[in-house]
Amino acid sequence: MKIINLIRIAVRALQRNKLRAFLTMLGIIIGVGAVIAMVAIGQGSKKSIQDQLSSMGSNMITVRPNSNQAAGGAARLDASTVQSLTIDDIKAIQSQAQYINAVSPAVQGRGQAINGALNWPTTMQGVSPNFLDIRNWPLKEGVAFGNEDINGATKVCLIGQTVVENIFDPGDDPLGKTIRFNKIPFKIIGVLSEKGENAFGQDQDDIILAPYTTVQKRILAIPYIQTIYASSASSETSEPATQEISQILRSSHKLTNAEQDDFTVRTQAELINTFSSTSQLLTVLLAAIAGISLLVGGIGIMNIMYVSVTERTKEIGLRMSIGARGIDILMQFLIEAIVISITGGILGVLLGLLASKLITVFLSWPTLVSESSIVLSFVVCAITGIFFGYYPAQKASRLDPIEALRYE
Amino acid sequence: MEIHDLKREFKMGVEIVRALKGVSFSVEQGEFVTIMGSSGSGKTTLLNIIGCLDKPTEGIYLLDNVDVKRLSRNDLAQLRNRKIGFVFQAYNLLARTSAIENVELPLLYNSSISTHERHKMALKALEAVRLSDRLDHLPNQLSGGQQQRVAIARALVNEPVMILADEATGNLDSRTSYEIMALFQELNKQGRTIVFVTHEPDIAAFSGRTVTLKDGRVIKDSKNENVRSAKEVLAGLPIAEDY
Repeated sequence: MKIINLIRIAVRALQRNKLRAFLTMLGIIIGVGAVIAMVAIGQGSKKSIQDQLSSMGSNMITVRPNSNQAAGGAARLDASTVQSLTIDDIKAIQSQAQYINAVSPAVQGRGQAINGALNWPTTMQGVSPNFLDIRNWPLKEGVAFGNEDINGATKVCLIGQTVVENIFDPGDDPLGKTIRFNKIPFKIIGVLSEKGENAFGQDQDDIILAPYTTVQKRILAIPYIQTIYASSASSETSEPATQEISQILRSSHKLTNAEQDDFTVRTQAELINTFSSTSQLLTVLLAAIAGISLLVGGIGIMNIMYVSVTERTKEIGLRMSIGARGIDILMQFLIEAIVISITGGILGVLLGLLASKLITVFLSWPTLVSESSIVLSFVVCAITGIFFGYYPAQKASRLDPIEALRYE
Repeated sequence: MEIHDLKREFKMGVEIVRALKGVSFSVEQGEFVTIMGSSGSGKTTLLNIIGCLDKPTEGIYLLDNVDVKRLSRNDLAQLRNRKIGFVFQAYNLLARTSAIENVELPLLYNSSISTHERHKMALKALEAVRLSDRLDHLPNQLSGGQQQRVAIARALVNEPVMILADEATGNLDSRTSYEIMALFQELNKQGRTIVFVTHEPDIAAFSGRTVTLKDGRVIKDSKNENVRSAKEVLAGLPIAEDY
């Protein structure tokens, strides 16, 4: 028996009852469509949370000095007064690290920003140009300072939105103006875009950025740096990047194995993990609900195939009397079930894609259709067809041709 | 075809029903045999065995020199596919399936026949029953006589050694019955072996030989000296106005 003939027989049998075949398929269509759309919603929200987090600088790694347990139980010093981090550490990281995209030193001091009659207490942070990349922080207007400003310790600054609102009248263009910070004049060469509050309610826009050399020399009069900001290539590599920085700093600080780190490396990985696992749970729940509807669709196929076998007993008897073997009948009904489930699967995939698109367009929920969910639901469909089609098909193949022919 | 001392017993609960109690006869190639008998005579059981749908409990059945008793279920199916053509009382055509596709059906279960050959053979069979102008008609668009002719074409299409008809005229009016019998006689003249089961003596008169069964035994096996021609009978009938 040629398989092509069997497929022909099965397809012709289905064509004889198109409406029923379609209604049987409907269960599978809805099941597969639901799986794809639900997983797309879950994946989409996961992706959008990750994007939001990385726009907050989720790949950011922060290194602060750590005061060692002093010998003899002397009082430990506050981290900001420990002078263990230097510009040499930055150079070591830049030259040795593989997982680090960008690195910037940081020093900061509080003071009063003054523009004519207006003044505002704020923070000046001294950084390198890389800092804007690390924080994923574009400029609203103007340009960032460059390496020549770092080398020359020039008095230029980038100014945050909150500071602009407080020391400039509305409509005033701050670009090119000179303000004073702790009595030292700084020329504004760029305005930072608005970043809003961070996850802990701090206003991130209440800041002035300047070359770290300028802040070190003119504001703080210190040779060391207070903080190192770095970013890993992606949130996945933040773990190896953290270890890498630790190793580089330990060797650059010439720490022996017995000594503790004199610095602390922190990432926002915990935050990302929490959000990711939440949306992962959401995806699994949605997929489980959708999977149940696929199961119901499969049972629908089995139900209809059973009815079909009973209803077509006489046809089965006839086919057997003109030479169909048991296996031919089994294959015919099995192929009918598989054709129903696979056709249903294809239509279901299309429905799922359409539904995902509509959800994005009309509800503006982010959706992400993954190939794996399409492949998976397709495979599940074929298995459903074989699994739920087998028992009715076996029942048909075991009919006695004499009995079947006489069946009314 | 040769049958020797055929017995078939059924178990009905604890009782054993002996439907055939030793039947022997043979059918030569090219014969037109009717098997007669009232209900309960074992005629249906005999037909099932001849048609390879059932196997005898005892005795020998040789079809085209093949001992059927030794064959498996699948071998029997293949034997039915290649050597026997069935014609049923209720036609048993597939609904919503065109005449030509119905005729092609047995060939679909024969993997040695290509699509092209299959179509050609089905056309030939439909020509033989003079229905080549009704290829794409569905069964419900055909009259009873035409449906039975499609069924006969289906029985012919695999070039069987024997055509087995089970009350093939039972559902038809007498005029159409004669037409069908005329067709069978014509096929017989072309050399086909036909075994025709019926309970109507009227129909048996068209065959060359009649085997009569009663209570599971052959009580009469006689050559029919005076074969009626269905064509002549048809010609003698008044022309029906509604046909």
